[in-house]
Amino acid sequence: MTDQTKLALRLAALAFGTVVIQQAAVSQISIFGVTADLGPLVVMSVGLLMGSLPGAIMGFSTGLLVDLVLFQTLGVTSLLYIGIGYWSGRVRELLDPAHGLVPLGMGAAATAVAGFGMAVIQFLLGVAAPVSVLLLQQIFVTILVNTLIALPVYALVRRILSSTLPSDPRRRRRRAYTTGGLSPLQTRTGPLPRSR
Amino acid sequence: MHDKQVRRRRAVLLALVVVSLILLTAYFGEPQSSPLHTLQRGIVQVISPIQEGASKVLTPFRDVAGWFSDTLHAKSRADQLQKQNSTLRAELAQAQSAELLNRQLAKQVGLDQSNTIAAYQKLSASVISHDATLWYETIEVNKGSDDGVRINAPVVWEGALVGKVTSVGSTYCEVTLITDHTFAAAAQAQDQNGDSGVLVPRVGNPNQLVLQDLPTINPGQPAPQVGQQVVTLGFKNGPLQDLYPAGIPIGQISDANQNNLYNNHQVVVSPAADLRHLYAVQILIKPNAGTARAQLPSG
Repeated sequence: MTDQTKLALRLAALAFGTVVIQQAAVSQISIFGVTADLGPLVVMSVGLLMGSLPGAIMGFSTGLLVDLVLFQTLGVTSLLYIGIGYWSGRVRELLDPAHGLVPLGMGAAATAVAGFGMAVIQFLLGVAAPVSVLLLQQIFVTILVNTLIALPVYALVRRILSSTLPSDPRRRRRRAYTTGGLSPLQTRTGPLPRSR
Repeated sequence: MHDKQVRRRRAVLLALVVVSLILLTAYFGEPQSSPLHTLQRGIVQVISPIQEGASKVLTPFRDVAGWFSDTLHAKSRADQLQKQNSTLRAELAQAQSAELLNRQLAKQVGLDQSNTIAAYQKLSASVISHDATLWYETIEVNKGSDDGVRINAPVVWEGALVGKVTSVGSTYCEVTLITDHTFAAAAQAQDQNGDSGVLVPRVGNPNQLVLQDLPTINPGQPAPQVGQQVVTLGFKNGPLQDLYPAGIPIGQISDANQNNLYNNHQVVVSPAADLRHLYAVQILIKPNAGTARAQLPSG
């Protein structure tokens, strides 16, 4: 089995597992009156670890699965998750973030896009659902809760995908210092001589 | 090479967005019997046993989270329940004597009891999936057409109405909760006059309902009060009957603002069931149910 097949299988299992765990357990645990939403966090993590194209594909697949399982209008969640996966990937490609807290901010942004995006799409579809201060409040609390769990979710996704990932930002950063490529204390021929 | 990669990336992104929009357009406004809906039901049919298994496996985690939440709110809840208990004891005594009288009178006049909750069988089911978004208030349970569940069957928990069945597979069914924007039911406030109206979710607060289209009440006349029960009306006219049997508690009046009551003919109702923490429900199944049903238009 090639690495790419392994990776695709892991991503499929990750998307399926996320949707099942979200619906069977996480959505029934209320924190500050709302429930955490693993979907945007997992899609964001995949985008951040693998780039824009895998992120967008993962977003589409996970969103479609969510819509299917929940009897929602097909295409709504996938449309939102494509954006989340794609832009998380673009952040990686353009900025190459290596800071450990990047997933925290990205998790908050992904949840905000999912929450507000869903509100806009439902409004455009003419669903007579509540658009109120309460809705905004719930979206903000969900963003807060998701921000709190963004780091563990990112770490878990990285662990699941780590052996099949083409390159890992952390591994790349560590390697940069150990091989001597970027350290100002080292030269091309070797380490600087010690001064006495 | 780089240009090729960029073009490829953009093409895939565009393709995914277009597919999503096509799905959205095709699905939206299609009837329940359309191919996409059928495909959706088929996929849920396959996934539902896995969800049921996952739900059972993850029960301890849910219980731990629930334990923390319950412990935090235990004291205030105990005080609240103590007060409620003393009120209910007094109401129970009155209700028991009223029920006895009602039974005797109904027997005397030969009243049709076929649309009361007593005519239904209760089928217990476990919740295997819960959509907690504000937009779709639905749950999925592990009983389906093989167990006798039909579309539009009322669903209750702890005696209170929680929703109705909106989609049925052989081993699962989807229940739309009473706080979903599509819900509407004929309901009655248990006040002096038994004022009835249409119960719909409250726009602006998905955790509350509004009993609207109440009869005109003039100042000085008895009117619905805060704390009074709201129950299903359960009308029946020949072969045509309400989806919900009469007398199922839905909630309590939580706001009977006079201005709102006299001008807009409506009161605010809080659901009796805790819809955010449903782990099991009971589906009401009517043996030899007729096919003619009446449903109030939503919205």
